[in-house]
Amino acid sequence: MSSTLVLAVVLLMMLASFVVGRQRALATAGGHTRALHSRPPYYGSYVALWAAVPALVLLLLWVVVEPMVVDMVVRNSLPDDVRALPPDKLSLVLTIIDNLVRGRATVGDVPAYAKEAAARQQSLHATASWAMAVLVIGLAAIGFFFGARRIAPTLRARNHVERAATWGLVACSAIAILTTVGIVCSMLFETLHFFSMVPPQDFFFGLVWDPRFSAAGRDGSAGQFGLIPLLWGTVFISLIAMLVAVPIGLLSAIYLSEYAHKTVRAWVKPLLEILAGIPTVVYGFFALSTLGPLFRDIGASVGLDVSATSALTAGVVMGVMIIPFVSSLSDDIINAVPQSLRDGSYALGATQSETIKRVVMPAALPGIVGSVLLAVSRAIGETMIVVMAAGIAAKLTLNPFDSVTTVTVKIVSQLTGDLEFNSPQTLVAFALGLTLFAVTLLLNIYALHIVRKYREQYD
Amino acid sequence: MNTVAIKPVAATAGAASGNHAPKVVSQGVKVFYGEKEALHGVDLDINEREVTALIGPSGCGKSTYLRCLNRMNDVVEGCRVEGSIKIDGDDIYDRRIDVVQLRARVGMVFQKPNPFPKSIYENVAYGPRIHGIAQGKNELDEIVESSLTRAGLWKEVKDRLDKPGTGLSGGQQQRLCIARAIAVSPEVILMDEPCSALDPIATARIEELIDELRENYTIVIVTHSMQQAARVSQRTAFFHLGDLVEYGDTSQIFTNPKEERTQAYITGRFG
Ligand SMILES: Nc1ncnc2c1ncn2[C@@H]1O[C@H](COP(=O)(O)OP(=O)(O)OP(=O)(O)O)[C@@H](O)[C@H]1O
Ligand SMILES: [Mg+2]
Repeated sequence: MSSTLVLAVVLLMMLASFVVGRQRALATAGGHTRALHSRPPYYGSYVALWAAVPALVLLLLWVVVEPMVVDMVVRNSLPDDVRALPPDKLSLVLTIIDNLVRGRATVGDVPAYAKEAAARQQSLHATASWAMAVLVIGLAAIGFFFGARRIAPTLRARNHVERAATWGLVACSAIAILTTVGIVCSMLFETLHFFSMVPPQDFFFGLVWDPRFSAAGRDGSAGQFGLIPLLWGTVFISLIAMLVAVPIGLLSAIYLSEYAHKTVRAWVKPLLEILAGIPTVVYGFFALSTLGPLFRDIGASVGLDVSATSALTAGVVMGVMIIPFVSSLSDDIINAVPQSLRDGSYALGATQSETIKRVVMPAALPGIVGSVLLAVSRAIGETMIVVMAAGIAAKLTLNPFDSVTTVTVKIVSQLTGDLEFNSPQTLVAFALGLTLFAVTLLLNIYALHIVRKYREQYD
Repeated sequence: MNTVAIKPVAATAGAASGNHAPKVVSQGVKVFYGEKEALHGVDLDINEREVTALIGPSGCGKSTYLRCLNRMNDVVEGCRVEGSIKIDGDDIYDRRIDVVQLRARVGMVFQKPNPFPKSIYENVAYGPRIHGIAQGKNELDEIVESSLTRAGLWKEVKDRLDKPGTGLSGGQQQRLCIARAIAVSPEVILMDEPCSALDPIATARIEELIDELRENYTIVIVTHSMQQAARVSQRTAFFHLGDLVEYGDTSQIFTNPKEERTQAYITGRFG
């Protein structure tokens, strides 16, 4: 029996348990719901949980563990000389066996022991499946009987069910957190691996980025992995983006929240937010096909040498991309400033602009800084626009008309090569990723801290 | 509440009412919120250097009338005011009147204390700064100190002028708001239920304060507390359903009302 089928059976049993549990609770109370501690559906859920949860946990474990066990058994039953093969040869054999099991075509001769192993694996798997079906469904049945037997008017079914629900929620958030931890750990692991090949100071303080792809794999070809040019590219482009996004975003937020008529606001705000929904590739397109050439032509007409892909183009387009973040968040924050403060200021004879300048903005400032920082971390993580608009040449330059590149772009280009996974050329991507992660994390924490501080002021 | 209980109301009110000239003269004031008429033509003269109380059941238009006097209704969308309101003979709804100057002459204290999230000093200095009243830092310091003193708050806050105004207690915040209003030297002070968010002791402080301020300012106060109206005011106006039902000396309104509805309201039969 396949695990999907087993799952379906367990779910059906769960449904049935719910109905039975509910009926039984009503029956024990002689039809008087008031005599029950909890309302009947809680008893149903109680039995259903007993039936489903242990069985599903077992099913999950089985699905994860069984292939490992079967694999190990099969591998151990291979002839000794095969098991003694070097790792890469052995993995080839295992691939052949795997292909046989899945009924895929294999190339070349298939040795007899491989066929044998494949057959063994298949039969083991079949047995295991049946065992699983019996055990899981059996456990569901046991859970059902256990739960159903405990039903009595005094059973605090609601409390039990709600505690179970709490644990379910805890489990979900634990998954989210564990995933993050897992990602960080895997990056950390690879990063340490990288630092065993390239000294950290060369990475963090190196001024030259030259990974020497072509020489990869050969001895004495470590290349240079200086982080600084990439980090500078990221900072430079983000800076230009902020120079575009903060004034425009903030002023439009002030207009929207303080001056615009209600109907204007109802139209303009969603329109601005649509900007946030445009895929960044499309912005990249715009930069590549329109803005880049435009800047180059303008530059040429005033005698400046502007390259078609430049920090300026990327920064400006990225700034446009971020405007809706800044304006939408700031607008919400400005709106959260209590009307009573504005009234207080008007009643003292302040004009609207004085009120905005002296009361609304100072009150909203911490929150606005928070929203800007969130936008910055968004800019730092942006890749697509940079690839298309700023190029991929890692240069340490102050000239906004020159092409630069960023950390994220290099992560992509280091990982999309045809290289082995344990060369510094690829592993550097993890070090870059971890650095970027640390930077954005710190920015986000700082932003959240500021936003929270601001929240406390009116409560 | 008992600390200020029933002052010699009759004496002050009786003596005051005759001698004072009207500061604010309103005629046929109608207010519309969109299509809805909230005030149906109010004629009310408010005397100089007196406390005038506006009473009446909820929704009768007390706040609406009060907000006409410093044109805070301008801020409300869809609100329209008809009729004429004159302060010292100037029609405040005249095109030539600058609302900024008007509000410098007519200050307002709100129901809920609303200090700005700035320091205590900055809260009081706000008005003088925007109107350019003070020449230099010293004069500003003086204004802040005298306003806080007159609002009865100076002693409590003089050592922490740079602390946020939002950190004060509710009653202190309300007195800070009064100091803030006084700091621009208005002629009229409007108060919309200034004590409704305060405990009895803080209320008593504010009532004393109002009584002291009467010497220099014309005060209009909205209140839901009959006792408060009786304690602090010289004249009382009773509103009902957007009409001014009765207006007269506080002692007369509370002891010998002419209108049936006033009688019913002050004896607690409705509202
Ligand atoms: N901004 C507004 N928009 C529409 N209608 C309003 C607005 N403000 C007040 N009103 C209406 O005008 C009428 C008078 O309201 P007002 O606030 O003046 O009453 P009030 O006497 O101050 O009542 P309360 O004692 O509850 O404060 C009410 O019917 C109210 O619903
Ligand atoms: Mg009111």
